[in-house]
Amino acid sequence: MTIILGLEGTAWNLSAALVSEERVIYEAESTYKPEYGGIHPREAAQHHASELKNVVARALRGADKEKEGFSLDIIDAIAFSQGPGMGPCLRTVATAARALSISLKIPLIGVNHCVAHIEIGRWQCGTKDPVVLYVSGANSQVLAYRADRYRILGETLDIGIGNALDKFARYLRLSHPGGPKIEELASKGTKYVYMPYVVKGMDLSFSGLTTAAKDAFDLHLEEKADICYSFQETAFAMLTEVTERAMSHCGKDDMLLAGGVGANRRLQQMLQTMCHDREARFYVPEAKYLKDNGAMIAYLGLLMLKSGDTTPIEKSEVNPNYRPDEVEVTWRDVE
Amino acid sequence: MCSVGKAFSSKESLMIQCAEAIVEIKDDLVYKRRIEKRYRVKEIDERIRKERTKSEAKIISEARRKGVPTPVIFDIADYEIVMEKIEGNLAREVINDAISERIGELVGILHKNSIIHSDLTTSNIIVGQDNVVYFIDFGLSFIESSTEARGVDVHLFFQSLRGTHESYEQLKLSFITGYRRTFSNASQVLKRAEEIERRGRYVER
Repeated sequence: MTIILGLEGTAWNLSAALVSEERVIYEAESTYKPEYGGIHPREAAQHHASELKNVVARALRGADKEKEGFSLDIIDAIAFSQGPGMGPCLRTVATAARALSISLKIPLIGVNHCVAHIEIGRWQCGTKDPVVLYVSGANSQVLAYRADRYRILGETLDIGIGNALDKFARYLRLSHPGGPKIEELASKGTKYVYMPYVVKGMDLSFSGLTTAAKDAFDLHLEEKADICYSFQETAFAMLTEVTERAMSHCGKDDMLLAGGVGANRRLQQMLQTMCHDREARFYVPEAKYLKDNGAMIAYLGLLMLKSGDTTPIEKSEVNPNYRPDEVEVTWRDVE
Repeated sequence: MCSVGKAFSSKESLMIQCAEAIVEIKDDLVYKRRIEKRYRVKEIDERIRKERTKSEAKIISEARRKGVPTPVIFDIADYEIVMEKIEGNLAREVINDAISERIGELVGILHKNSIIHSDLTTSNIIVGQDNVVYFIDFGLSFIESSTEARGVDVHLFFQSLRGTHESYEQLKLSFITGYRRTFSNASQVLKRAEEIERRGRYVER
């Protein structure tokens, strides 16, 4: 058995998890909650710095409770999110990962956060070769695997869908994270208010949508719930459309949802309907694997370790703009 | 008409089911109808289908006015375009250097007029009996004059050549000759197309 400690802290959630070939052994987390507004990168990083020791200790203690006798020396390698993410947060977690790797004399594995989302989804759902819709705060991408890489078939041209939702939520004076609160409000909406629908080929744009929603709110002519409903309906229809186009383009019949916004039930429902109508299979992992989590980092670290893909300290610099298609996939069989 | 789809044929007609539309060929006419998507609310679904039907028809006509042979449109309804059936062979089956050069000229004209086809493959180009080269299926087309959009267009065409034709390199050079002839910004776009290829973002079919 190989055991990996995975450290995740690209944005507001700090998480440490122990994962083996068979399962996620234990995961502990600590979430930074801004007092007001959105995530402040420096404050989030300070939160991570002060909580890291605790979170790692809790992960190890939690694993111990299962009476498998875990301690630091049982860990075979340390995996951490090398990017993409907020620079200060990434640097804090990377520093901790390097320190552990050096003091325990075990390999270090720098992991691409987006690819980790995809791999934990494939593992948990048992889908071999899906088209992936990855939706989070900063990212909105449609990906598919071909020739050693996760290729980005379509993506947002401006802000991620999560950011778009959060921006509008802040405008409504809802606290971070805004997505679930918008979802709640939207479920009470019934009337569709016109919103711009921007799809170009397989690319998307959400910033105009956010402005339109703010404008609609300022006019006070529409109910808050109706604006939230219209915002969601428009944004999610755009995402579903490009996902369907990508599936048609690649001729793939499996679809996997990944990333924090994936927890939205209306988005899941739309993708499910789309897949059903084209006789394709829709997969979504449990909510705890949709949001940022250490288990996905540990799991991808495990896959990379097994294929001999580790990161020397001098190449462990973080990359806030690390794109998933920069990663050469060494762990997948030819399919 | 669409690169990936299911076809059904009977004595009277041929039906092709694409991601967005059903194309029916009957009595020398092509009926392209954008289909309903159950996942989106009616208000969005109807609006998008109407807008796109209108925009596609407009671009087909605009392209022809600028000198790119396209099907003549006979009728437009909310979700349906009725157009001329172009008799001939798919470029995929008959392409040679002369045809590839002609395609290059025509894409140059489209780009000069800020028309981005968005689905340039040798399956969306028909060579008529009179050797006229027709462009069909402007379903994903849009108006834009950025180097990036033009570069993606050219890149997608090269990808489609590489995927299906052995003499890919020569056909590509012929295309470039034609493209440079009708479009003065060709060099900039061709350079960008190379860059886009290096990004490795657009998957071959």
